[in-house]
Amino acid sequence: MKHLISPLDFSVDELTQLLDLASDIEKNPGKYKEACKGKKIATLFYEPSTRTRLSFEAAMLNLGGSVLGFSSASSSSAAKGESVADTIRIISCYADICAMRHPKEGAPLVASEYSGIPVINAGDGGHQHPTQTLTDLMTIRSLKGRLDNLTIGLCGDLKFGRTVHSLINALVRYQGIKFILISPNELKVPEYIREEVLQANNIEYKEVSKLEEAMPDLDILYMTRVQRERFFNEEDYIRLKDSYILDTGKMNLAKQDMLVLHPLPRVNEISVEVDSDPRAAYFKQVQYGVYVRMALILTLLGIKTD
Amino acid sequence: MLNVGSLKEGFVLDHIQAGKAMQIYTYLGLDKLDCQVAIIKNAKSSKMGRKDIIKIECSLDVINLDILGFIDHNITVNIIHNGAIVEKKKLTLPKIVYNVLVCKNPRCITSIEQELKQVFILTDEEKQIYRCKYCEEKYGV
Repeated sequence: MKHLISPLDFSVDELTQLLDLASDIEKNPGKYKEACKGKKIATLFYEPSTRTRLSFEAAMLNLGGSVLGFSSASSSSAAKGESVADTIRIISCYADICAMRHPKEGAPLVASEYSGIPVINAGDGGHQHPTQTLTDLMTIRSLKGRLDNLTIGLCGDLKFGRTVHSLINALVRYQGIKFILISPNELKVPEYIREEVLQANNIEYKEVSKLEEAMPDLDILYMTRVQRERFFNEEDYIRLKDSYILDTGKMNLAKQDMLVLHPLPRVNEISVEVDSDPRAAYFKQVQYGVYVRMALILTLLGIKTD
Repeated sequence: MLNVGSLKEGFVLDHIQAGKAMQIYTYLGLDKLDCQVAIIKNAKSSKMGRKDIIKIECSLDVINLDILGFIDHNITVNIIHNGAIVEKKKLTLPKIVYNVLVCKNPRCITSIEQELKQVFILTDEEKQIYRCKYCEEKYGV
């Protein structure tokens, strides 16, 4: 049985098939509207995440299936001390597939080891969020037409941002990828990403601290939020946070076909004036997230529609 | 002079750092076997000053020695068959270690579900880095 626990669980070929299916769903949604009739997805959310949970639920409903689940640990048996292994054994009797978000890292992997149904990791602590990575990849492929030969700027909190780490891991498998890592010194990508992922795969990258410096070279700008709580010193936070507010002035420095992505929610790192720029792709990204989750559900359930 | 009889079949673990023999006894699960085991502590050694030695009389497939490479790769493993040393085994780092290392990441699922096995996977042999199977927290040897 196939699960999705890490963004690297799919090979590049499997990923291509999945993204092809997602693109077909985008073009022909009617073809898939009853593909999961009679099937149920359990959304096991041990911590709140409205967007991701609703995205999974919308995906299953679009496929003609049903949803059940819980949206916080307090409304599940976890509050009574039930283990993840026991919970998934029970849920396997109720549903055909499940999406799990858990504050503890590795919980979905534990679930997959005891599960009778496919398990999708919908985020485990600061560790992995593979369906966000699939969403990012689909957005890039759909709007740029390719996943190779791209210069990608990753901006903001590159130290703690799990979406950034997962995206780097996923993209280094493609040819001609270059990264520009834009962050304050305090929030640079961790050493193991530099050494075990970038350098180990001979990926060209540079680290800069000014967003303006990187803008003209970028095909993709992936923005993340700089979080106040990561700083020891309020002065440093105030000094740095405004460097990473994307506004029309900075957008004017960029290529005409550059795309701006963001895993959302944003706070103030992208000025609302950028929303109307055709290069702002972060709301389209949310829609692609539903298509790619639909494709993932079909793939893991082994449902073919042809 | 301490005299411990020679083995017909089994293992002699030599050059164990003095004081580590009991730890190895536990890790190898020798307490669960009913074979003869001799533990020699603080034996004189020209190389090491003092060392521990463990002699185990058992068939060769009973014990998984992989964990020794993780504890101390300087240990010499002599494999005895028909009363003679037939092989000196070279120790390497095991690919996976179970219930030896404990994940210290407070965000790891193993921190709240204690019945889960502690599983560490060797991710970088050269730098001797293990990572928790669940959260990928690093543990350098």
